[in-house]
Amino acid sequence: MAPIIEANNLRKSFGDVEAVADISFRIEKGELFGFLGPNGAGKTTTIKMLTGLARPDGGTLYLGGIDCTDDPKAAQHLIGVVPDESNLYPELTGLENLCFCAALYGMDKSRRQARARELLDSFGLAQAADRKFGSYSKGMKRKLAIAAGIIHRPAILFLDEPTTGIDVLSARQIRQLIAELHRLGTTIFLTTHYIEEAERLCERIAFIVSGRIVRIDSIEHLLQSVQGKHMMEISWANPLAHGENLAQAFPELTVETLLPGTIRIESDEPIHVGVLVRFLEEQGGHVLEARRIQPSLEDVFINITGIKGESMRNEGGRGA
Amino acid sequence: MKGWIAFWNIFIKDIRTYYLKPPNISWGLIFPLSWTGMFFIRSGAGLESIPEVLPGVTALSVLFGTTSMLAVTITFEKKNRTFERLLLAPISLELLMLAKTAGAILFGIANGFAPLILAGFAADLSGLDPVIFFLGLVMVAVVSAFLGLFVAVAVQEVFEAQTLSNFFRFPMMFLCGFFFPIEKLPVFLRPLSYVLPMTYGVDILRGAVHGGNKMAYGLSFLVLGAFCVGLFFKSIGNVRRNWII
Repeated sequence: MAPIIEANNLRKSFGDVEAVADISFRIEKGELFGFLGPNGAGKTTTIKMLTGLARPDGGTLYLGGIDCTDDPKAAQHLIGVVPDESNLYPELTGLENLCFCAALYGMDKSRRQARARELLDSFGLAQAADRKFGSYSKGMKRKLAIAAGIIHRPAILFLDEPTTGIDVLSARQIRQLIAELHRLGTTIFLTTHYIEEAERLCERIAFIVSGRIVRIDSIEHLLQSVQGKHMMEISWANPLAHGENLAQAFPELTVETLLPGTIRIESDEPIHVGVLVRFLEEQGGHVLEARRIQPSLEDVFINITGIKGESMRNEGGRGA
Repeated sequence: MKGWIAFWNIFIKDIRTYYLKPPNISWGLIFPLSWTGMFFIRSGAGLESIPEVLPGVTALSVLFGTTSMLAVTITFEKKNRTFERLLLAPISLELLMLAKTAGAILFGIANGFAPLILAGFAADLSGLDPVIFFLGLVMVAVVSAFLGLFVAVAVQEVFEAQTLSNFFRFPMMFLCGFFFPIEKLPVFLRPLSYVLPMTYGVDILRGAVHGGNKMAYGLSFLVLGAFCVGLFFKSIGNVRRNWII
């Protein structure tokens, strides 16, 4: 079966800055594909090229079998887009915004009213249908923007950082909505810098760093690459006792300081906890906790890109 | 058909969101009224001078009204990224821009009727050719709207749009033959008058109000039509080049 999105050697520069450098990928119909990378990695530029808001400098692009390389608008009827900012009209109500978006796709009045009401109900926004969009909370704005993105039942939905900057509860609801859309068969292209979110939702993931895709694979395969690793986190009460000494004393271990008084240890061999705890106690640290941790997608990301997951989380403000 | 549903809804949304707002309605009335009053007082002549000033006041009311509004409806929407939603819709850029300018054209025509109605109470307009006046008014509104579009897509901020608009509006105001007859302008300025669309618009309206047109209607309509086509497609080209990056 032909892929629903096929990008070959896409390139895009802004002046001297190479935003996207020769990226290629294929996404199958119904897939939930994650595009993961730090801010400035080229995620939004890639989405803009895929949705017709940016023209590639080179490469080819097919959406639903339609060649969009030279005509960015050729396949816009197939796609829905939820940009990283909720860009609906503040002076229109929620219902009016959805009806207006439906009209942009040529839906007649009775169909767009019915569809808008249906979405407002299923997104828990029916009570706010007649309130102006400008008065919505950030979480409500995000949900309405997603509703606007799927008002015309697109085959492909592009979601750009859907949970960035919103509260934990709204982020959880949005993740549930995304999972439900995926279950109903919508192909979803999701960009995020929340690694946990990508791990929880996506089937396959591409890691993009500095405009280049450094790895594309299924979550399962990506996690296999760290399955043989042994990892543990140790916390102690006296943050003045430095974990760096431990790295010098045990050079076979990879030690990363997460916070003052908290380290993460990684090794290809089983880690002898007792020896490490004794060492830290001798260094003046009062060990509070030592726990084994399962390798996660974040560890895969760090292994592949060399970028710390913590720095990715910090870019988006409070992790949702 | 689907494209026209989108067109109609963009047009209606703009009318509701921007043009029917009280400040814009009052602008549409106060601005022509102020112009009329200013020229009437300045001329020092009696009510019989109203047909002389009416064509220029009408054209300038339309020009200032439409260009100011488009600076808001397009530049502001570009700035807050709602315009991006329109660019993502599966309609041609040409139809989208026609939808965005249709409201301004209608607003401009309504603006143009305000001085006519006011003048109708104070002066004898029995010599007015309503068909030519209406067609001239429509052409002035269209060319002004497309000039506003050209400016709006060339800038990033609303204040830049207003500044750039003035770069076109004020020379047009003084060189279109309204303040000073073109034949009385310095020789080196006269060619400039003939490359400004408002010169032809004012001339058509002058002819419609009191038969004092200097150029044939056909020529003026043709030149205004050429300006409309040129400005529209230049604006579309700028959007393709600068906004679909």
